[in-house]
Amino acid sequence: MKRRDFIQQTSATAALITLGGLGLQSFTSGSKTTKITILHTNDVHSHIDAFGPEDGRNPNQGGVARRASLIQNIKNENPNTLLLDAGDIFQGTPYFNYYGGELEFKLMSMLKYDAATIGNHDFDNGVDGLLAQLPHAKFDFLSANYDFSNTSLDGFVKPYKVFKKDGIKIGVFGLGVKLDGLVDKNMYKETKYINPVETAQDMSRILKEKEKCDLVICLSHLGYFYKNFPEKISDLNLAKATKNIDLIIGGHTHTFLPKPTVAKNSIGENVLVNQVGCYGINLGKIDFYFDADKNKAAKGTSILV
Amino acid sequence: MNYKHLLFIGIALLIYSCKQESLQLIKIEGKNINVNDSLQTDSEIEDFIKPYREHVNNNLDSVISFAVDTYSKRDGEFNTAIGNLFADAILEESNTVFNKQTGHNVDMVLVNHGGIRAIISKGNITTRTAYEIMPFENSLVVVAMQGKTIQDSLIRYLSRAKRAHPISGLKLKLDKDYNAISASIKNQPIDTEKTYYVATNDYLYNGGDRMTFFQTNDSLYVLNYKVRNALLDYFLKKDTINPVIDDRFIQIN
Repeated sequence: MKRRDFIQQTSATAALITLGGLGLQSFTSGSKTTKITILHTNDVHSHIDAFGPEDGRNPNQGGVARRASLIQNIKNENPNTLLLDAGDIFQGTPYFNYYGGELEFKLMSMLKYDAATIGNHDFDNGVDGLLAQLPHAKFDFLSANYDFSNTSLDGFVKPYKVFKKDGIKIGVFGLGVKLDGLVDKNMYKETKYINPVETAQDMSRILKEKEKCDLVICLSHLGYFYKNFPEKISDLNLAKATKNIDLIIGGHTHTFLPKPTVAKNSIGENVLVNQVGCYGINLGKIDFYFDADKNKAAKGTSILV
Repeated sequence: MNYKHLLFIGIALLIYSCKQESLQLIKIEGKNINVNDSLQTDSEIEDFIKPYREHVNNNLDSVISFAVDTYSKRDGEFNTAIGNLFADAILEESNTVFNKQTGHNVDMVLVNHGGIRAIISKGNITTRTAYEIMPFENSLVVVAMQGKTIQDSLIRYLSRAKRAHPISGLKLKLDKDYNAISASIKNQPIDTEKTYYVATNDYLYNGGDRMTFFQTNDSLYVLNYKVRNALLDYFLKKDTINPVIDDRFIQIN
């Protein structure tokens, strides 16, 4: 061995040790925890302006311009944030009657919403009325259990989308409520409603196994729970009947949960179910922390709600 | 073996160890944050909304008719001036749409007293007035009902409701014990064999306010016409409104 080679080898080895040391730090010592923040709304129902001080029920609450600053503050703190809506964006104030949802979609685009699912009221101007407003939405509409193939919305709605934030893959899929009896057939036309439980089982399998997602989120407009019809499909029942879903973000029943519900799935694992009432009065915030530290991971996932 | 090989092996090892040490979900924190006046208003968003808001408000404040007096649903026992106006407007406007659709005419209207959500104040009537009276998005429907069903269930319901549910086309007289002593539709006694076309809203058709008699009937005609729009169209046609309490629904003591 020539002396020069020896030196080269030695320095390379030294470099490797240093690299190895760095590697240990960055991958196993837990110095790097990745935080994913999920923000969500539901049933905003065209409530663009805040309720006035004289409002009998929700004085001085809500308002898109305030929600915008709240979201921006959270995003400044953690850029790895997704912003989602669980449907019923439309209907509730004259803004919808005058503009048909244009302003709602434009504002959600300015707030940088990532995805939304479709609520029953989003059909209030028919499938064509929704389609007409889609150019104003710079975010995706996700619905896995509405089959739009025989309607004008064919090709405009995806079943799911995978987002990547700081190396973490987040799969989001959408579920809608049964339209028959709730929405005029002239409005939803040939939209087919598919069993949400079976759809959710398929979606969670695809997102976990095929897409290798680290997080699976269901955006649901099924409703939180129907105490007079406990068998009716709802978010709590969906949680019980499925697996591989980490978070169900709900809507439809305008349920003001004081905090997210921790439910058990079909294999006894925890699922978070959340819903933030309606009219943009509350914003849901769920933080998921990922770490490579085996010691930390071995302790399982702690949930603070 | 030179240093390049070693480096390669080293990097390969690193990548391998990264794959092995995959990230685990260790903690979840969740909370719901109230959006209220303690938060800053985003000025870019606010400026974007402003022209839309001004347009909507200007339009809502545009004058479309004039009210001679102030009308409240609390003024009157079995029929009220505002309720009569509301039901008459529905009869007139729904008939235009229904007649075009089917060639038939609307014979009577029944809606609910609770469905009138605001008063009409003396002076200018604006678009906003219609939104205040009818903030909900309910639509008008017409139900084909047998005279017998009207006699047995609709009249029976109205006789016992002790409320000024708005009606039009129908006339009803009760005795002091709230029994119906006479009922007519379009000033003719009710023919139990005849089919009548009754306009109402989709909320009541679906059993709202315990009006369970609508859904048992054979034919439903969906007009795709919002109650509020019927009211707006009616106001636009009338320079002045001057509704009164009349004898359409009374009690004889």
